[in-house]
Amino acid sequence: MMKFERYEWLAISIMFSLFILVGLIQGWSVSLVILNMCIISAIMTMGVNISWGYAGVINFGVMGFLAMGGLAAVIVSYPPITESWKVGGTGIGISFVLLVVLVISVMYINKAVKEKRNRYISNGIVIVFGILVIRFFYLNATANIEDVNPAIAGFLGGLGLPIIFSWIVGGFFAAGVAFIIGKVALGLRSDYLAIVTLGISEIVVSVLKHEEWLSRGVKNVIGLKRPVPYEINLQNTDWFISLITYINTSKLNNIIDVGDRDEALNKLIIEGSSIFVKLSYASLFFIVMFIIFYFANKAQLSPWGRMMRAIRDNEIAASAMGKDVVKQHLIIFVIGAAIVGVAGAMLVTLDGLFTPSAYRPLRFTFIIWIMVIVGGSGNNLGAIFGGFVIWFSWIEAAPLTTFIINQITTGLDSNNPLRLHLLDSVPYFRYLLMGSILLLILRYRPKGIIPERVRHS
Amino acid sequence: MIDFLNSIIVLLNFIIIPGISYGSQLALGALGVTFVYAILRFANFAHGEIMSFGAMITILFTWFFQSQNIGLGILPTALLALPVGIIATIILCIISDKFVFQYYRYQKSVPVVLAMVSIGVMFVINAIIRIIIGTETIKFSDGQKFIMKAKQFKVMTGLNEGLALKSSQVITILITIVLLTFTFWFLQKTKTGKSMRAFSDNEDLALLSGINPDRVVFITWAIVGVLACVAGSLYGLDKNYKPLIYLNLVLPIFASAIVGGIGNPFGAVVGGYIIAFSEIMITYAYKKFFVYLLPGPLEPSGLVQILSTDYKFAVSFSILVIVLLIRPSGLFRGRVL
Repeated sequence: MMKFERYEWLAISIMFSLFILVGLIQGWSVSLVILNMCIISAIMTMGVNISWGYAGVINFGVMGFLAMGGLAAVIVSYPPITESWKVGGTGIGISFVLLVVLVISVMYINKAVKEKRNRYISNGIVIVFGILVIRFFYLNATANIEDVNPAIAGFLGGLGLPIIFSWIVGGFFAAGVAFIIGKVALGLRSDYLAIVTLGISEIVVSVLKHEEWLSRGVKNVIGLKRPVPYEINLQNTDWFISLITYINTSKLNNIIDVGDRDEALNKLIIEGSSIFVKLSYASLFFIVMFIIFYFANKAQLSPWGRMMRAIRDNEIAASAMGKDVVKQHLIIFVIGAAIVGVAGAMLVTLDGLFTPSAYRPLRFTFIIWIMVIVGGSGNNLGAIFGGFVIWFSWIEAAPLTTFIINQITTGLDSNNPLRLHLLDSVPYFRYLLMGSILLLILRYRPKGIIPERVRHS
Repeated sequence: MIDFLNSIIVLLNFIIIPGISYGSQLALGALGVTFVYAILRFANFAHGEIMSFGAMITILFTWFFQSQNIGLGILPTALLALPVGIIATIILCIISDKFVFQYYRYQKSVPVVLAMVSIGVMFVINAIIRIIIGTETIKFSDGQKFIMKAKQFKVMTGLNEGLALKSSQVITILITIVLLTFTFWFLQKTKTGKSMRAFSDNEDLALLSGINPDRVVFITWAIVGVLACVAGSLYGLDKNYKPLIYLNLVLPIFASAIVGGIGNPFGAVVGGYIIAFSEIMITYAYKKFFVYLLPGPLEPSGLVQILSTDYKFAVSFSILVIVLLIRPSGLFRGRVL
């Protein structure tokens, strides 16, 4: 395990004191909600940081990989809908098999036909013909599936397994998509790659939005099972009630009236159950974050990590030393995407619902990149720190701006149009804050708040 | 014969005219992106927001003129406000360059860093737009909406199908022709244009022959401001102004610029039309067209649609990916202005 420098300890303690501060001012529940999202953001940030910070491979497809993780959560945890399988399962199966056949034949043509022009023509013919055939089966099957009880079902459902497995499956889903993207796009220059990955992530999300047989599309999937207990069940469990009573003994003993005491206890139990649920999420997420952090650091310090840095710093020199740059780029791109996919599954687990239309590039790609840049690319602790700090400011920007606007406009009448307009647009100031933070960091601390450590050996 | 004419009118009405006007908007946007790429050498993610900013200023002044009862009769008042919008957009570009981009240019930062910086600028402009005008959809076109209504056309020609011609479409096409002609004339014939091309081609050589880089950069931002503001306002005029749609528009614009060959202005314009037409053609349901064209028994039963309209944006990226795979430098070899 790596040792932390003093300023790194400082960063960690600042993070935790912020949560304690919020807990004391706005309540522990709010603080824990922010903490949970911070941990998930930190995992996303580590995913991006691995490909960008270690190897300089840009990944603007964060949104798409998160969505794939979310899809995994639905497919793993939702109970299967047998009726849909009955009416459309075969059709979907046939189209899937045909798709595989199509891909294999295209690959075969690429190998077998030598001349470029012939290859394009024959590929074109095969693809168009194949798609026509697949569409025939596919459209029938999907129409049937979407007709099955469209108000609550209308899709294939999932496997009905505990949702926690989806965290791993989500990683694999995202890795699979990343592999295809990487095969296609890696090797482009960095800014082209940024645009292409951004575009492909947009395609992934639009597929999820409109393929209703897969995950109900924009109709959303709700009510995914939780990996932690439900508040309502907790409130009726004996050990939980006794735990709350035990914690608050002194407080409760001060209340003499029995009726008042029961009422107070009830209130405490309701409050405690919500905090307990969030704490359980937080601890689950923390374990995942810690595992990823541990292995990411191990990898960075290993010979493999050294090779990655060599490739990042000088691709030509690295390939002259016999390193397969293209292959390594693909590997690290896939690993980074997989971690983002894990975070995507965790995000859906936390929300308990899957809403494809919520995946927007501003929120799920660019903010994550701000986290990476602000935290310090190439340093995992920096990535975590960036995730925490940026998410924290993203949430706390609104209360802060309300406060500032109120301070500035104290001289104005309470119905002054300018003041009212400013107060109306409070939620938008967070974008200003994010942009300013990014610009300031890039200008005055381009290596991030916790920069990568330069190792001499 | 009548059936044939009808089918042609269907195509004109639903594909060709919308395609040309949308393509013109994309072409103007892509031209701006290409200018930044060729002279300043980075992918400007803030371009969509610059367009949105220009459109916003145009709208604000349209409102102002409307409240003063100043108008252009049958033409939309926005045309009167457009010059103000253009000036404001140029000022925005110059300010963002002076305070943000210039520093990295002097540092000779790598393009990726500049792209990141442009994301920061994007966030800031986005916030300014949201704070000033909110996020609601705004309809600001006034004057005569149609040059020719579908009904008029039917009466005029006696055909079954109508051909509607919106004035915003005609204005878009006319302004685009004027702007493109001017831009290409400027690049090819004037001394400043030639110095810009030289700068784009080989920066060091251009500096050696006494071209002032700051002047070139200034002119570039001015042109980008004009193009972005006009493109943004026209898009808003044509399809109503939605402040947040421009972020989504950045991607088709990039796609157009890259498909045409990034850094090549002619390519950017062609790319814009290619992207626009393929988006519309691939997601259009051709049923009506074939009903007119084919004899009764052969008429299609389905919609004859290649992809549902939901995949409109996906089409442009698929084309982008295909072009990058087959011909990475774009259709017209990129990287020269």
